[in-house]
Amino acid sequence: MISEIQHIIIRDSRIVRNGEVIFEKENNRDISDFLKSAYKAFSIDYPKYFKMDRLSKLGFLATELLFPQGVDEKTALVFGNSNSSLDTDEDYLKTMQSFPSPGLFVYTLPNIMLGEISIRQQLYSENTFLIFEKFDAALFLDSAESLLLQNNTNAVLCGWVDLHSNDYDVFLWHIASLEQLKSQREQILKIYLPTHE
Amino acid sequence: MSNLHTELKESIIEQLNLEDMEVSDIENDEPLFGDGLGLDSIDALELIVLLEKDYGIKLTDPNQGKEIFNSINSMANFIEQNRTR
Repeated sequence: MISEIQHIIIRDSRIVRNGEVIFEKENNRDISDFLKSAYKAFSIDYPKYFKMDRLSKLGFLATELLFPQGVDEKTALVFGNSNSSLDTDEDYLKTMQSFPSPGLFVYTLPNIMLGEISIRQQLYSENTFLIFEKFDAALFLDSAESLLLQNNTNAVLCGWVDLHSNDYDVFLWHIASLEQLKSQREQILKIYLPTHE
Repeated sequence: MSNLHTELKESIIEQLNLEDMEVSDIENDEPLFGDGLGLDSIDALELIVLLEKDYGIKLTDPNQGKEIFNSINSMANFIEQNRTR
């Protein structure tokens, strides 16, 4: 059943968790403003959030809101997107014309987001970041399956976190077991697609 | 508090993205790293950039950093003695 898959979608200034809208900021095209408003709305207390780039903030926020009680320490992360860290790369490039910013430079790789999530959730698990043209459920599930076949992974958090300029598309879902993974092969695209134009 | 002290605090809050922090929250003699403001190694690099960008000071000896970036007071003293703009 679709409702059994824990998931979260951040898209078009809305945050939808397990099918329910939990945050919305109408007529908001500024992603920085949206990310700050959402952080404040849920009273998250993690000052390092404001040092992150926008891509990491999206992944961090989605994980935080999908699992308010925290993520099990043996949960592997399989994330991916299409635009890599291009959003931050462009910001960093601008600073190179005068004084390159070390604080921006550290975010010029998309997998830094996984480090930020792992630090916050105290995860020592496996993680993978994939870059491909458009959302492909099979690629995520194949990677997750290989991790679940290893003894040290109990569950997998999959995440499509894509961002360029003010366009963003975030979809995270949880795979609790190999058995659940098999049942997700037909379902994941149905959850991802309906609200995605 | 001198203008330089205030200016430094404003720059640090902006450059290091210390959201929700105001000038009045930072004491002049408070440690910037460790138990004080809790800045990290990347913040230290940003402070080195700030010295060069805003005051024309290039740090040639990395070992100087620990002393200079101890507090707002130590930063302000160093800037007053070495600034080129």
